[in-house]
Amino acid sequence: MRRYLPFVIVIGVALLAVGGGAYLYRTKRAANPAPKISKTETERPGEIVHVLGPANATVTLEEFGDFQCPPCGKLSEPLNQLQKQYNLRVIYREFPLAMHNHAKEAAYAAEAAARQGYFWQMHDLLYREQAVWSISTDARALFSAYAGMLQLDLDRFKKDMDSNEVQQKVEADQQRGAAIGVKNTPTIFINNEAVPGIKSNPDELPALVEAALKKAKPSS
Amino acid sequence: MSRSRGQTIFYSAAALISLVGLAEATYLTAIFLSGETAVCGGSADCFQVLGSSYAKIGPVPVSGLGALAYFGVFTFATFAGFGYARARQFFTWTVTAMFCMTLWLLFVQAFRLHAFCRYCLFSAALVFLLTGLVVARPVAETQKN
Repeated sequence: MRRYLPFVIVIGVALLAVGGGAYLYRTKRAANPAPKISKTETERPGEIVHVLGPANATVTLEEFGDFQCPPCGKLSEPLNQLQKQYNLRVIYREFPLAMHNHAKEAAYAAEAAARQGYFWQMHDLLYREQAVWSISTDARALFSAYAGMLQLDLDRFKKDMDSNEVQQKVEADQQRGAAIGVKNTPTIFINNEAVPGIKSNPDELPALVEAALKKAKPSS
Repeated sequence: MSRSRGQTIFYSAAALISLVGLAEATYLTAIFLSGETAVCGGSADCFQVLGSSYAKIGPVPVSGLGALAYFGVFTFATFAGFGYARARQFFTWTVTAMFCMTLWLLFVQAFRLHAFCRYCLFSAALVFLLTGLVVARPVAETQKN
């Protein structure tokens, strides 16, 4: 028996390591669900927007957001839940505020990720890690790290972050927001109707979405 | 398969250290594969290291290679502890390779990324301990029961 003891120990440890690792992976994977459908479509001629959910959804929720704005961060996950629950069409537009020192770069990072089809994954990551990169002295390095985590082409990501196209996209979203009166973030429109700032929170939004659904389908 | 008490204690210590390293590296690998980011409790430096391009070789996370290396050390230490002479050589080679890799990773953190990850530093400490044991082994092997 003693002859086989080292084999038994080594095999036991191997099984434990693989089993423990697999268990941890499954647990963490469940906590971080698989990436959402990432879709970019043309809203107006020449305009590219980030859309989540079906094109024929009854309710469209459009958000003007700033990745460094804490209320936007708090709204991110509840909005994801709402999108799934009511099968909403969610549109995200960049509106980085000047008072947030890393907001513009974060918007560039999200747009650079969008160029590789990972806008929503980067969107979620930026909001989830907001507390970390917001206070970092080198947020850009963290954005690159996030891109690495999402398995993006890093050289392309860095180049895209500095590209005119990406910066113009952010600028275009901001101009569109400013043109329709957006001043703060998050500013939300439900079926093109502005939601009052005080109601743009996870507690009030479900009722507003339900009201919009009822309005769109009065018979149901 | 002759053994001395000194050898048994020596290889048991090495096996225990490598078990700790294996647990840590397995944890980091699972975290990496699951896409979890809050791995360092919100430490920006830590994430900068674990999310960098140096944290993987192709699609393989460095932590996964670390887990394999620690498992190798554990296996060789166990067999060496039971008196398998060949396992001692493999043990030394593996620890030496890990030591070199650790030096490289410390260099990367200090001079390329300018950030340190606490998990990586802990692993480096474990590898240095194992290296210390390898260096001290001739003394252990001369201790007879």
